[in-house]
Amino acid sequence: MIEKEFVVPQKLGMHARPCALLVQEANRFRSQITVNKDGLEINGKSVMGLMLLAAECGARLKIKAEGADEAQAMDAVGKLFARKFDED
Amino acid sequence: MIVIKGIAASPGIAIGKAYVMEDEEIVVNRIELPKELLRAEVKRFKAAQKATHRDLDAAEAKVLKVLGRQHAKLIDAHRLILKDSLITQDVPKRILAEGVNAEFALSEALEAVNQQFEKMEDEFFRERRHDLFDVGKRLLSHLLKQTKRNLADIDFDCVLIARNLLPSDTLSLHETKIIGFATDLGGKTSHTAILAQSLEIPAVVGLSDISRRVKTGDHIILDGDQGMVIINPGPETIAKYQRAQQKSLQEERALEPLRGQPATTLDGKSFKLEANLDSPEEIKAIVALQADGIGLFRTEYLFLNRTVPPTEDEQFKAYQAIVKAMEPRSVVIRTADIGGDRLSQLGIEGPKSETNPFMGLRGVRLFLRHTDLFKTQLRAILRAALKGKVKVLIPMVSAIGEIHGVRRLLAQAQAELQAEGVDVEGKIELGIMIEIPSAALMLEHFLPLIDFVSIGTNDLIQYTLAVDRINEHVTHLYDPFHPAVVKLLDHVVKTCHKKDKWVSVCGEMTSDPHAVPLLVGLGVDSMSVSPRMHLRIKQAVRGLRYAAMQKIAQQALTCSDSDQIRRLLADQGL
Repeated sequence: MIEKEFVVPQKLGMHARPCALLVQEANRFRSQITVNKDGLEINGKSVMGLMLLAAECGARLKIKAEGADEAQAMDAVGKLFARKFDED
Repeated sequence: MIVIKGIAASPGIAIGKAYVMEDEEIVVNRIELPKELLRAEVKRFKAAQKATHRDLDAAEAKVLKVLGRQHAKLIDAHRLILKDSLITQDVPKRILAEGVNAEFALSEALEAVNQQFEKMEDEFFRERRHDLFDVGKRLLSHLLKQTKRNLADIDFDCVLIARNLLPSDTLSLHETKIIGFATDLGGKTSHTAILAQSLEIPAVVGLSDISRRVKTGDHIILDGDQGMVIINPGPETIAKYQRAQQKSLQEERALEPLRGQPATTLDGKSFKLEANLDSPEEIKAIVALQADGIGLFRTEYLFLNRTVPPTEDEQFKAYQAIVKAMEPRSVVIRTADIGGDRLSQLGIEGPKSETNPFMGLRGVRLFLRHTDLFKTQLRAILRAALKGKVKVLIPMVSAIGEIHGVRRLLAQAQAELQAEGVDVEGKIELGIMIEIPSAALMLEHFLPLIDFVSIGTNDLIQYTLAVDRINEHVTHLYDPFHPAVVKLLDHVVKTCHKKDKWVSVCGEMTSDPHAVPLLVGLGVDSMSVSPRMHLRIKQAVRGLRYAAMQKIAQQALTCSDSDQIRRLLADQGL
């Protein structure tokens, strides 16, 4: 299991489109991916769950990946944050 | 008499009684089901999910066409919601655990999420729940078949008045007695408006509160040309609109006998008038039009909404159906003009997002880098070519090297098929799209390598004038009558004719009755028109004198701005 903390970088926060990107990315891997914000933990492969987190710009998200391809999954997720979900 | 101004969403006039669709919450009853029926109920829910996926596919195809990829991402989000475990797992779980109907299980699941959304303080995030409801409503209406059933139950010709219409509602309108619709919400480019246009149902949207101002049974005139709704009009107004309606009906009827007639000018010059095909269901209409062929078969739809690329066989079957239906007339199949963002969705490594996708990896550029994708499509086209008359068209060519690359791959595909014992024709006609100015300017050098060209006016205008049509700040600069565009068109036609090569034009210019006289005067050989405008354009061509149009085109080439060109045409009553 790997766990990493990310800060939501884009101005509008995790609205529908970045949530969709993250879920699409998460779904490419077999590992279980969970996203935790302020103690509320949701399935990283659920777009509604992610939207429910209402993660605004600057929010801290703890992301866990667990499974055979966890390293690649975390890497891919990290890239999205680094790219600011192609926004701003 | 009250007149309300809105947005003209779909042309035409409808006169009739109002039917107001209440914007109530869809009523869902809790029905307890016996155990043995629960599995079937889960199945029914899965069927509704599938149907909703199809709704979204249809919506996406239209969005892509009109608004481009950026906007289509919203549909991606909707599709993800539909695939979300909250829907795919929670709802079946609730059906089985509580022994209830699918509608109830779904609305309970949605409500649970909604309550969480409502607790949010941030308004921006709270509003995101509408995405969820949009998907939820689509699903519910499939389960209930409610909108469909209700609207089809209306037993008098009526103008539908509603707060909002979902695309899925709109799709079913042609099965009802509804002769037009007006809504509080919506814009000209909403899915609903686009669908209304293709269904040829007059519509006005963005009327803010019409659903509260009209009662069922009120007399309504809906003017889809002016974007106006008149509530309880006086007898004179009704008479005026009836006359206008009669006139446009007569105009429609006058077009009917043109089916199967040649597109020949008054002075005897004939043009090939073909049709564009964007999605396979249009083939019926095109066959009924007796179009001279399909001048542009867009194959992008085969690559949408999926996680793996379409197989050769799947493509072959799709092409074969169209080719057989058109036989003996020709079908120009354009290889897919997909962008880099599609790749990752198809499970292929590629650029996820480009700052400027219109100038990015798309069309032939992408296919020359992913030759396996390209060859698969070429093989499918070559096989379909055995079933009728087929030509291949390559999009986004900007340099000669690309044509060499295409030729090489085409030869490889042919050789492979022959080695496998498939008797592919030795020669298939190959053409390129002229949509990048460099291709227009260098055409002389390209011509020995190709058999024909097809001018894609939308992109040619966009690239020549450096105008992104979707960017509202510059759309006014997008101008088919810009002299630079006319000069490029003229250059392409002349260059091709010098070498006896065929020039076709596709793109929206061919569907604009004001632009067609110019294309005729420039002497293009063929125009490929959207099916909806096909007969109207034929009528326009048949009313022109080629010699006079040639003169006008020559004059247009000396103009310094587009207004002069427009005036030239207007002076001729065109």
